[in-house]
Amino acid sequence: MNRRLRWRRFVSNFMLTMTGVCAFISVAVLFFILGYLVFNGGTSINWSFFTQLPKPVGEEGGGMANAIVGSAKLLLGASLIGVPVGFLGGVYLAEFSGGAVASVVRYAADLLNGVPSIVIGIFAYSMVVLPFKHFSALAGAFALGLMMIPITLRNTEEFLNGVPGMLREGAMALGASKWKTIATVIVPAAYRGILTAILLALARVAGETAPLLFTAFGNRFWSRGWDQPTASLPVMIFTYAVSPYEDWHRQAWAAGLVLLGLILIINIVARTILSRGIAVPRS
Amino acid sequence: MGAPSKPGLSLNIVSSQGGGATRETAAALPMRMTISKVNFYYGSKQILFDINMGIADKRVTALIGPSGCGKSTLLRTFNRMHETVSTSRLEGEILLDQQNILAQDVTSLRRRVGMVFQRPNPFPKSIFDNVAYGPKINGMPGSSAELVEKSLRHAALWDEVKDHLHKSAYELSGGQQQRLCIARALAVEPEVLLLDEPCSALDPISTAKIEELLVELKNLTTIAIVTHNMQQAARVSDFTAFLLTGQLIEFRPTPQLFTTPADPRTEAYITGRFG
Repeated sequence: MNRRLRWRRFVSNFMLTMTGVCAFISVAVLFFILGYLVFNGGTSINWSFFTQLPKPVGEEGGGMANAIVGSAKLLLGASLIGVPVGFLGGVYLAEFSGGAVASVVRYAADLLNGVPSIVIGIFAYSMVVLPFKHFSALAGAFALGLMMIPITLRNTEEFLNGVPGMLREGAMALGASKWKTIATVIVPAAYRGILTAILLALARVAGETAPLLFTAFGNRFWSRGWDQPTASLPVMIFTYAVSPYEDWHRQAWAAGLVLLGLILIINIVARTILSRGIAVPRS
Repeated sequence: MGAPSKPGLSLNIVSSQGGGATRETAAALPMRMTISKVNFYYGSKQILFDINMGIADKRVTALIGPSGCGKSTLLRTFNRMHETVSTSRLEGEILLDQQNILAQDVTSLRRRVGMVFQRPNPFPKSIFDNVAYGPKINGMPGSSAELVEKSLRHAALWDEVKDHLHKSAYELSGGQQQRLCIARALAVEPEVLLLDEPCSALDPISTAKIEELLVELKNLTTIAIVTHNMQQAARVSDFTAFLLTGQLIEFRPTPQLFTTPADPRTEAYITGRFG
């Protein structure tokens, strides 16, 4: 009896230690990356990083102004493609479709979400780059937009389904049509969740590199319009990090820090939105 | 459910009125809604059997009966809210002002026949926007501020909320929220107001306020109320319909139904022998 108790205590303590250590490791990895990035990026970043174009090989200095603007442009374009499709698809899924259709669409969206980003890139390459015969910001935005669709769609559906049915009934009992009920009560009740999901989808694709390699490609100068190749932070980080030049490594760190800062800001904005306004109480 | 061994209360309330006279008055009253030969099904399961009754104009009609008797289902057919369940099927005829509601545009019907639900369901908007919602989506003319004030006054809520109309509706108490929902329903000036156990989630004081309000409101509109509380039916209604297992057992002026029930099942229910 006594031996058994000791054994059980031993197992209990051992497992408790293990779970604690694993929890610590997962947090530690994040903070290690953060610390390393802030340390290396922080010492490398300077004003000209934000304002200047990349210098030719061999010259010191220069910046990534074109990549910062390029990333912003790609994200804007991706949102214009991915958000309407994902949002309206989510509305259809949550409010209009029957069981069978919904489960097919839902399953397809989950599959699309699981498609490797490089495959999305190839798809965008063959759909946009080949017909236009050159790399373009449009192709990059198309690839990122595709990746935003399943995230936006599933989250929109989930948040709309989370709106209590009695709000629906309340609006319909006042003479609102189904469409009006959705537009004036259901979506407003869920908009904070949906907006947060869109921002998180944006943060997710902001760091994508693979689908941009052969769509938006890259550019050492300003990119004008949507039909030209454009620089972007992730691709610049990739190019600069594998280069043999010390100064480029420095700039890659700086770019990593800027990208991380951007994603952090998006996350904070998303959380702020979630915590404000009138929340629907859970029933 | 129900109120065992308290029929005496109901008897006292209504005993002063003569049964026969009330019945004649009832027959002379104009009907706002007429329900005839209504059978109702969820899938293959029949819920209501051959219901015939009327909702008298500017009066309160109560539907009572034990859980699962179909009283809420019947009420929900009056503004076709039953159609939100896709397997539901309704046979028969329901007339509003002599016109069949089943043949009408459902959104304009629901504007004319408003509904208040079991649990308060204000929208996640301000108090003002909750009341202004109905007039806005229905494109009703006139100043919304006036309409909101008028509706909140009718719902006896104005004095409590007039200084914070732009606060969230969820900051109100449960009873206030339910009166807000009544105000919201009144704002579109419905001809008939349906209430589906409006007090079941409320405390006794809030319940008393709403009951008082209903007696006031019948000057303004026609009311049909589902309640599982027989005292409540006796206190607020002019007519009472007793339902059991989907059938309308007895439908008479409230004083008569509670003092001299014609059917032994009604008597058994109101004396608390079951339910």
